[in-house]
Amino acid sequence: MKRPVTLTINGERQEVAVEPWWTLLDVLREELGLTGAKKGCDRGDCGACTVLLDGKPVTSCMVLAVQADGRQVVTVEGLAAPGHLHPVQRAFVDYGAVQCGFCTPGMIMAAVALLNETPHPTEAEVRAALTGNLCRCTGYAKIVQAVMAAAQHGGAA
Amino acid sequence: MTTTSTTYFGKPIKRNEDPRLLTGQALFTDDVDLPGMLHVAFVRSDYAHAWVRGVDVSEARRMPGVVAVFTAYDLGDYWRPGPLLVPPPPIQRLVFNIRTQVPLVKDKARHVGEPIAVVVAESRYLAEDAAERVYVDYEPLPAVVKLEDALAPGAPLIHDDLGTNLNAHVIQEKGNYASAVERADVVIKRRYVYDRGTAVAMENRGVVAHWDAKAEQMTIWDTTQAPIPIRNGLAAMLGLSEHQVRVIAPFIGGGFGPKIMMFYPEEVLIPWLARKLNRPVKWIEDRRENFFATTQERSQIHEAEIALTRDGRILGVKDVFLHDAGAYAPYGLTVPINSQCTLLGQYDIANYYTEFKSVFTNKPIVTPYRGAGRQHGVFVMERLLDAASKELGIDRVEIRRRNLIRPDMFPYPNVIVFQDFAPLTYDSGNYEPALDRVVELIGYKQFVEEEQPRLRAQGKHVGIGIVTYVEGTGIGPYEGARVTVETSGRVSVATGIGTQGQGHFTSFAQIVAEQLGVPVERIRLVTGDTAEFYWGAGTFASRGAVVAGSAVYSAAVQVRKKALQKASEVLEVPEEEIELVDGWARVKGAPHKAISLGELARRANPLRGAVRSGTEPGLEATDYFGPERGATASGVHGIIVEVDIETMQVQIKRYVVVHDCGKVINPMILEGQIQGGVAQGIGNAFYEQLHWDENGQLLNASLMDFLIPTADVVPRVEMDHVETPSPLNPMGVKGAGEAGCIPVGPLFAQAVEDALAEYGIEINEIPLSPNRLFELVQEAKARRAAGLPAGR
Repeated sequence: MKRPVTLTINGERQEVAVEPWWTLLDVLREELGLTGAKKGCDRGDCGACTVLLDGKPVTSCMVLAVQADGRQVVTVEGLAAPGHLHPVQRAFVDYGAVQCGFCTPGMIMAAVALLNETPHPTEAEVRAALTGNLCRCTGYAKIVQAVMAAAQHGGAA
Repeated sequence: MTTTSTTYFGKPIKRNEDPRLLTGQALFTDDVDLPGMLHVAFVRSDYAHAWVRGVDVSEARRMPGVVAVFTAYDLGDYWRPGPLLVPPPPIQRLVFNIRTQVPLVKDKARHVGEPIAVVVAESRYLAEDAAERVYVDYEPLPAVVKLEDALAPGAPLIHDDLGTNLNAHVIQEKGNYASAVERADVVIKRRYVYDRGTAVAMENRGVVAHWDAKAEQMTIWDTTQAPIPIRNGLAAMLGLSEHQVRVIAPFIGGGFGPKIMMFYPEEVLIPWLARKLNRPVKWIEDRRENFFATTQERSQIHEAEIALTRDGRILGVKDVFLHDAGAYAPYGLTVPINSQCTLLGQYDIANYYTEFKSVFTNKPIVTPYRGAGRQHGVFVMERLLDAASKELGIDRVEIRRRNLIRPDMFPYPNVIVFQDFAPLTYDSGNYEPALDRVVELIGYKQFVEEEQPRLRAQGKHVGIGIVTYVEGTGIGPYEGARVTVETSGRVSVATGIGTQGQGHFTSFAQIVAEQLGVPVERIRLVTGDTAEFYWGAGTFASRGAVVAGSAVYSAAVQVRKKALQKASEVLEVPEEEIELVDGWARVKGAPHKAISLGELARRANPLRGAVRSGTEPGLEATDYFGPERGATASGVHGIIVEVDIETMQVQIKRYVVVHDCGKVINPMILEGQIQGGVAQGIGNAFYEQLHWDENGQLLNASLMDFLIPTADVVPRVEMDHVETPSPLNPMGVKGAGEAGCIPVGPLFAQAVEDALAEYGIEINEIPLSPNRLFELVQEAKARRAAGLPAGR
């Protein structure tokens, strides 16, 4: 049976009625129309569905919506005002870090989470922070470069 | 970088499509949400090989939220085997047995995961629950799992009516190998194994179909690399006009080949269900399904030999191999033909005998996956040369250099028939500078003479590798494009191919920008929507930039002509005195005398008055390009590795690529293609192997068990380019999509073998793994202990 949960998503409080087995990812994508987070495996292996839950990166396919009740969720749609880019998103454009773009939202969220915690990471720290986010197109080099550049320009949100 | 720079062409221009992708606004197939949409789950075979004696769907049909359950027998006339996509090339004495996949299993399942029934329900959760209540009565059969077993006497027959598991038998020859052996000082023979992996695009496949009964119009969103052939095929199957079917390949989360396969069972069934049930229907493959239901590639076993003179000149090569087609072979012989045709690589070899047998096995279907058979050929050739280098005592770079095709030998005929049905002829190339450049960049001499001995003395296991390759790219038949200047001054461009991350939105815009003098960000590209462009084949074989790019170029050149002609009339100066800059046609040296392209477009489409007979309206042109044959790109990769002898982990210290894909449209996009290709190659060489048990069950069907490279194991690739234009298209470009991944296997093998030289191992297989390296070293130690010679 559905029960109501209150989520603060990208700064906005929302009440949603959810089945207890619905994942946060499914609620974001299917109930709230926030399709930025992607479903690449639904098993927490690929990282494409990464969002921030109370500021920490989580794979939203491994969080039940009811577990997120009363908590803060930030998705890739909420990083910057419409028509604007977050410094990490901007760096991804500048460094050519996007190819197909499917892993990109999760990759961006993982990078933002890293820079929030560690504003000036080493390259090894960036690489380690992104190991949970699989990318099949880019070979990671330009992504790492973009995150390093965003850090240099004060990329933490 | 030796790129010829112009205003837009050849520049590292930032991608037009990125902001949408970076903010979650880009539409992928799974993002399509339609009112009243139903969801689908498939019942898939648990067995690799089994008679299906019955399927009981009665309980599933009664489950809550279930709208319908269908089996093969419910499909009526719609059930039929898929088409043969690529007929075999015109090769004499060729044997080819056609067997293609079916929408749902009727009598016999031939690989694990083959669909048997389809459940349609109000949600995916409900559909999956109901799928578990479909009961299939199987009569399991022994499975053909190992490639070598397929043709053995008494092997289980996968297609009983065929009487054999032989899919194809092909022999091709250049010169006369026997004569080469007669003259040879040395003949070296080896057995090479290249095993199966899978593409693992981050986006699984998916199809959404919407039948509008009142308009009699079918709209399909499909994660395909080939929307136009999908439209044509589905229209025929559904009994609709092609104009009643619109196929949209929206943003695609990686293709790599398996998404060019058609027609997948799900692709055939979802539109049929939408029409039958008169509601939108969605199916998105889950990751587990992706490991069974999406096509795979790579298994081949080669028995190869090379005949050489004492000073390392190659007189001839012979290669006989088995190719794994999987349970069906809808894609013809593209993969093994690529293996045959890529093997000779950059070397001038007069005599070549190549023979393969393609066999059916009880495994998922094999169709091209990035590289598409080319890496097998490169693996065989480069490993043979490494063996020859050791046997003859000639340095590995030197033996390669001695055999390179010289620049004055192009166009270079390799005689045998390529996948585009034309005799294989390399269009252009300049191989030695790239080899020199890699040797220089990686510091080969210094590493071998100083660094390696020093590190070895410290007990470190470091090795170096250098290999070369060619890549046949940019094959026909053709693509088309339409370029339109709108009255706003914006330009729209449409082409029929799909795009899966290659940056076509930007690179094609650059081609147009160069002709029309319009900034890239004012050029809107549409790819992959059949409503926008009617004709075409698809994105495969590293052909997007070459074939569709050339069509975009030709159309843009025609629009430029029209704009100049019209501007000449308006500005009353000869065409030669007009330049197109920043969206304006202006008089050279008198920039105040100008008219905007938008205004010219408006005047080219008047609402009143008469136009001259024969005048086409608007500033628009459509054109097509079909190359006479593929363009041959080339490159050299170099690597330095260190092997941890305790864990057998291989760390990549340096990775260098010098690549030649002719004229470069956008170096930033090109570097991304190469870096990404290398990452896939590394995965293929050391991480990714599908493991099957003796029953044909896949043992590692998840991203936790089938490892693809992560951010901490892929190094930054150091790159440089040689630019040898292709004479086969107006821009002089060659394809680059597969170059990064093709030579990584033999490169990795050569370097690891070098790092472990003290054990005298020889690596004749890919993929490797830490475990496999450990076994090879143990075997070598045992051989040594038994007083046997090192080596194989």
